Amino acid sequence: MRRKRPGAPSVSGGHGAEPLLPEPFARWFASRGWTLREHQRALLEKARERRSTLLIAPTGAGKTLAGFLPSLVELTTGVLPRRGAGLHTLYISPLKALAVDVARNLLTPVEEMQLPVRIETRTGDTSVGKRQRQRFRPPDFLLTTPEQLALLLSYADSAYLFADLRMIVLDELHALVGSKRGDLLALDLARLGTIAPDAIRIGLSATVARPSELRAFLQRQTDPQHAIYLADLVVTSGGAKPDVRLLESENPLPWAGHTARYAVHDIYAAIKAHRMSILFVNTRMQAELLFHELWRINDDNLPIALHHGSLDATQRRKVEAAMAAGRLRAVVATSTLDLGIDWGDVDLVINVGAPKGASRLIQRIGRANHRLDEPSKALLVPSNRFEVLECQAARDAALAGVQDVVLTRTGALDVLAQHVMGVAAAGPFNPEELYSEITSAQPYAHLSRSDFDRVVDFVATGGYALRTYERYARLKPTGDGRLRLAHPRLAQQYRMNVGTIIDAPMLRVRLVGRKRGPPGHPSRLMGGRVLGEIDEMFVAELSIGDTFVFGGEVVRFEGLRETEVFVSRATDDEPKIPSYPGGKFPLSTHLASRVRTMLADPKSWASLPEPVAEWLEIQQRRSVIPSPDEVLVETFPHGKRHHLVIYSFEGRLAHQTLGMLLTRRLERARARPLGFVANDYGLAVWTAADLSALIAQGALNLANLFDEDMLGDDLEAWLAESNLMKRTFRMCAVIAGLIERRHPGREKTGRQITFSADLIYDVLRRHDPNHILLEAAWADAATGLLDVARLGDFLRRIKGRIRHQSLSSVSPLAVPILLEIGREPVHGAAREGLLRDAAEALIAEAVGEEG
Amino acid sequence: MLGLKPERFDLGEFMTQPITLCGKSFLADQSGALYWPVEKTLIVADLHLEKGSAHASRGTFLPPYDTRQTLLRLAEVIDRLESETVIALGDSFHDGGAAERLCDEDLQILKIIQEDRRWIWITGNHDPSIPEEFGGQRFEEFDLGGIKLRHEPRPGGITHEIAGHMHPAARISIHGTSIRRPCFVGNGLRLILPAFGAYTGGLNVLDDAFLPYFGNDGLSVWIRGEEGLYPIATRLLRRD
Repeated sequence: MRRKRPGAPSVSGGHGAEPLLPEPFARWFASRGWTLREHQRALLEKARERRSTLLIAPTGAGKTLAGFLPSLVELTTGVLPRRGAGLHTLYISPLKALAVDVARNLLTPVEEMQLPVRIETRTGDTSVGKRQRQRFRPPDFLLTTPEQLALLLSYADSAYLFADLRMIVLDELHALVGSKRGDLLALDLARLGTIAPDAIRIGLSATVARPSELRAFLQRQTDPQHAIYLADLVVTSGGAKPDVRLLESENPLPWAGHTARYAVHDIYAAIKAHRMSILFVNTRMQAELLFHELWRINDDNLPIALHHGSLDATQRRKVEAAMAAGRLRAVVATSTLDLGIDWGDVDLVINVGAPKGASRLIQRIGRANHRLDEPSKALLVPSNRFEVLECQAARDAALAGVQDVVLTRTGALDVLAQHVMGVAAAGPFNPEELYSEITSAQPYAHLSRSDFDRVVDFVATGGYALRTYERYARLKPTGDGRLRLAHPRLAQQYRMNVGTIIDAPMLRVRLVGRKRGPPGHPSRLMGGRVLGEIDEMFVAELSIGDTFVFGGEVVRFEGLRETEVFVSRATDDEPKIPSYPGGKFPLSTHLASRVRTMLADPKSWASLPEPVAEWLEIQQRRSVIPSPDEVLVETFPHGKRHHLVIYSFEGRLAHQTLGMLLTRRLERARARPLGFVANDYGLAVWTAADLSALIAQGALNLANLFDEDMLGDDLEAWLAESNLMKRTFRMCAVIAGLIERRHPGREKTGRQITFSADLIYDVLRRHDPNHILLEAAWADAATGLLDVARLGDFLRRIKGRIRHQSLSSVSPLAVPILLEIGREPVHGAAREGLLRDAAEALIAEAVGEEG
Repeated sequence: MLGLKPERFDLGEFMTQPITLCGKSFLADQSGALYWPVEKTLIVADLHLEKGSAHASRGTFLPPYDTRQTLLRLAEVIDRLESETVIALGDSFHDGGAAERLCDEDLQILKIIQEDRRWIWITGNHDPSIPEEFGGQRFEEFDLGGIKLRHEPRPGGITHEIAGHMHPAARISIHGTSIRRPCFVGNGLRLILPAFGAYTGGLNVLDDAFLPYFGNDGLSVWIRGEEGLYPIATRLLRRD
């Protein structure tokens, strides 16, 4: 069958003479006063040569149009042979909102040029009827997400659906690669590579540290044992250098904390001086708090809004629409606004708190000013002294254009298990062929055949050493070397559980009003609108009557009704603060090393705010400033205890792991550890024994204490009981399909999943310690929640380079770390006062003896 | 901040807790079993043997070691508390097919722990009939020393009763952490045991489902920790 398109001759017949931009495109570009940009031209050429290509361009460069032009041109001018359903271009984006936004933006050129191109989106919100129709009568362009692609591939008709695919456009590729979602996408691309071998892949990405990682991801790896194949690369040079400043406030800079409350008047002034600002913070809690503080002083009633992942979707859509329409002056947001949706005319980005990584900051700065030739303007607001160093380092990195995100990873085995199930759902498969298909995906290029077989065995029978489930096998041999699904119900089960995003258990928050009953009867609660979602663990700490900030208002906890949290409006001024998590990224290794260098060089302190420079000078006099390749360990008595503080700058996760391991060792060394606290910059352990004395007597050896062999048995022993490990295991178990996240007709609540996963973890550890899921969980923990890999690098780096300083009292550098003690849960105003007193005493001790 | 465990108490102190029921003295054990010293009898509830394989037959491959784990834990507590009689309070087997799925090694373990002692299976809703090959005697309910032992507790102001079936669990929040664990729950006149099986979940004792048994008159709770059994003040209990 052939499909005739209006316009020119077939693409297959000698296109050399044809202009890259044929009519009606040339006319349309001219009518808008545009010329074809260099990277748009380059992509048209690459597509004509049928080369998969990575396009790296900063925001505002017309990246999306560049990605779609080749498809639009080919569909308009070419005659394409048709074997299947006729789907021409598949577009994958990390966010469904982005897919919808891009579809909308594409419609303009398509309508203005009256192109015969049908464009549709497919997300979780698409109606069932439409989704079904799309499977056999697809549009020319389908815009969707990795999860929807996995679903489409799990149907028997997927070979028909994708047979005519010519182009796969992967938007914001840097945000997809380097995670389990990226693994899933890689496997699905490998599948498409088998179904539609002629389709080329176009990756669109912001600037990344190592483009070759993304290029390898895009390309089929046909000889994984011997070579890495890379997709072609097109780079647009960045626009004007950004204008990044650190906020200088009249108010004293806090020693610790993450609220930046001291700077709220300065932030407000900056908002007033600009058309529209985005205020980025790192956690939902910070977002709530900053929003609340801004409205407290919002005397001009500026339209300031809030945007984070816990808020109800409709509320978020409203904020986005208001932004796009230019009706807002500022939005307080978490990473939910990091990605490339064009939300209107933002002229200032304010990053409140620590930037955590150079790439991350550059991405955020890029949200301001979507025009390439004008500088983006950004203001960095550190919320404590260490963050000043970090902000300064991030600013230097951003101006130098240095990136620090590493994307390469080894594909996760739990994701592979899910994929194998998906392949089986689509039809019988030959393990031999599937293995070679899977190793064509870059994250799995080095997957061993035996690991692959173990995963298939896991899918078939659970993969247990005790082989009792053979008779229930989910995969059965067909007799010709292939395996098929034992029951169609399993395909349905797979589709209910597809995807790699496992959210923390969340509960809906509903605003209720009190309705007064007749005299003598208690008032009743009346249901109202849903405000958003909140972490179950946070709710666990609440008692009825407690107040907290949610969605920018202070609300009162009224109780739980099944899976809903009932709250009413409260008038309290000092609410209990929500502590629900959200984006606690650790400090990147690149920024950490910049901070260490800056710290070690007193000449560079001149560029720092005065209180910070002064703080470092006092540290230099009272203790010591380590050189960049040293690590400083201080021991000193404080209060009734003795402290050990290490300034390792390896991020909170690695420090927490180090803290757990260190306390085990100190216990064995009879130093009687009592507790520890970690932040992004260092770790403090307090003990009952006098550490300085133990070290002086030679009873405690720091080199042995920090020897990397702690990552062996100690780590193993600790992991056995670690909640982090259990949480990691739960995620692997859900992704791998051992635990279902949803049953047809019966939703499991987060708690039920949590509970049974813990039981399974315990049983498996005891009876089958080499099981593949434990292996997968361990691999995750090493790079994720426990950051063991980074800790290992650190321990190797500091070998023979520990600088010990024994002091008579707390050092200036230690103060911010010690102030973290007891900071996390804050209960009411009385406790706050106590903390403040304690903090002041601590600071006085550290600096007061001067002069 | 991740705190350290508090200094450990002598573990022996917390392994068992005295419980008085209608004037009779019992020892509740950390394992979830209840020991009656006067009768030298050990009582356990809701073993749910072969629950893992029951899921497997429906395509969810939970690790198949739950039966082994449950039996070995049971063997340990029987030994430690020198029990001459063992009473399983029903739902000992997850379903009717459990007998057929139970592997030979696990059957051997069961036979060994049944040796030289009296063994009583009380039937439950999951295991209304228990095959002969599992030994022991079968009862729908059992009278021992003036106490009724049955699977499902009777609603209303019943006294002198020990039952299972409910899988009681308690949730407390303390120092910023929330803990939810299986527990014993009673009011001095009747007692409900936690489920003993490896794959058994729990129902919060503050759930309305417990109202028919304890009303609003207050209850006592002993929570199963990792290393001990802890009596907990009811004001610390939280709903889910």
